[in-house]
Amino acid sequence: MKGQKDTGRRKEGASLSRTDLRGHVKAWIQHHRLSAADSLMRVLDSLGSSFLTWLVIGIALALPVGLNVALDNMTRVTAGWDSPAQISLFLQGEVSLDRLREIEVELAARDDVSETRAILRDEALDEFRTLSGFADVLASMQANPLPDVLLVTPDAALDGRGVSALRAELQGHSDVAEAVLDMEWLQRLNSLMALSRRLVLAIGGMLVVGVVLILGNTIRLAIESRRDEIVIVKLIGGSNGFVRRPFLYTGLWYGVGGGVLAALLVTAALWSLEKPISDLAMLYESAFQLSGFGVMGSLNLVILGGLLGLAGAWLAVSRHLARIEPR
Amino acid sequence: MISFNRVSKRYGEGRDALREITIEIAQDELVFLTGHSGAGKSTLLRLIMLMDRPSRGQVIVNGQNLAGVRPRNIPQHRRSIGVVFQNHQLLFDRTIFDNVALPLIIAGYEAREVGRRVRAALDKVGLLNRERAMPISLSGGEQQRVGIARAVVGKPKILLADEPTGNLDPTLSAEIMNLFEAFNQVGVTVLIASHDLVLISRLRHRIITLSQGCLVSGRAQ
Repeated sequence: MKGQKDTGRRKEGASLSRTDLRGHVKAWIQHHRLSAADSLMRVLDSLGSSFLTWLVIGIALALPVGLNVALDNMTRVTAGWDSPAQISLFLQGEVSLDRLREIEVELAARDDVSETRAILRDEALDEFRTLSGFADVLASMQANPLPDVLLVTPDAALDGRGVSALRAELQGHSDVAEAVLDMEWLQRLNSLMALSRRLVLAIGGMLVVGVVLILGNTIRLAIESRRDEIVIVKLIGGSNGFVRRPFLYTGLWYGVGGGVLAALLVTAALWSLEKPISDLAMLYESAFQLSGFGVMGSLNLVILGGLLGLAGAWLAVSRHLARIEPR
Repeated sequence: MISFNRVSKRYGEGRDALREITIEIAQDELVFLTGHSGAGKSTLLRLIMLMDRPSRGQVIVNGQNLAGVRPRNIPQHRRSIGVVFQNHQLLFDRTIFDNVALPLIIAGYEAREVGRRVRAALDKVGLLNRERAMPISLSGGEQQRVGIARAVVGKPKILLADEPTGNLDPTLSAEIMNLFEAFNQVGVTVLIASHDLVLISRLRHRIITLSQGCLVSGRAQ
């Protein structure tokens, strides 16, 4: 029985000549073209509701992408803030004033140091007394607990790693108790930005899931509205793949349209922000210019939209199409 | 070409739609299937099209035991059978041409071949001049002829019809039956379910009568 079936199949395979195969491939491509065109016509036929779908997808995609572009720009701004950091050298308690001056001269002579400034322990105590409001407490102290401090400004050409290396070297100096890089605020900002990026990623992820579900639902409705047609096609021998195809294209068109709209929204937002930001930059005497996300970014967004559309359509099709059978 | 071997079909609620049916239909035959509604005519056709599976017994179509056809191969099986439905089952948002072309598109014919075959099929049913019309603008008889053109356009070896003259007047019904006879004469096996006894007894073909799921008259072979 099994053998019989096999030979039958083989015979069928052998009779499929090359021209037949080419014809089938051609016809398959032709049906793809037909489905794509037919789906596009259906999407365009109900332009009002299609536009709403596009807008929903567009907004859902534009939001995380727009936030990401904003973060990219902020990263570019703060990248310039790395170098003029200061290193505070807290000196050992027994260092004399003469020795302090010696060290200051020695450091100022270095290539990688652009400036040094000494804050003497007595000056520091005065400042602390006036600013902190702990004057009474400090007055009751017998000795000044504060050390002498040398503020070292690294050369502007030094990058973050160079500055760190310099700090490490100065830490090794015999008269230095501790060398502290005054970059905590920058580190805080950076970790805040990293957190924001995570948040954008999380929001983006949720919105992407949302887009897939919205599209899935839209396609589900399209499937429902063409139920009779699906039954007829299945009755006369349409395979699941054949029935699936137009709906996958419908999803693709919704997704691509949404991606295009998202790209337009982000571009429009950037365009409207460009003037105020360059004004602001001018006030800070900075040459900063808002960077967009370019043609490639737009293209990626459209491709992403298309892929999400396909995913949503696939979700709907795999859940609902198999259930529609001729009764 | 079509053979039923002690086939029974019981639906979930315990109703026997078919009981121990044994029928043999040869390749060059045109056979009428008759009986009251609920006698099992439609069930029998559904089993041939694999819209249902028998509860017991064997159905063999064109040499293939249908029990061996897996779900993913059902579309392929259906493509080898032409079916005419009582309610036409046309797509009302497509032209006559597109409706008739559907089985060929599904089977993957090239556009040129599709055009040639669709026109040939429409010519056979006398609707060649209406290919650009929409189904809604056609009369019931014309719609049924579109359904027939769609059923034969893929040149199937087997043609099934479920009450093809159900809503038509006697003249149109006779015309439709003549069409089926013409296809039978070129070697297509035709099985027509119909309760129009007056009409089918005038035509000289084998008549199988079902009653409550049982074969009550008509030769089994």
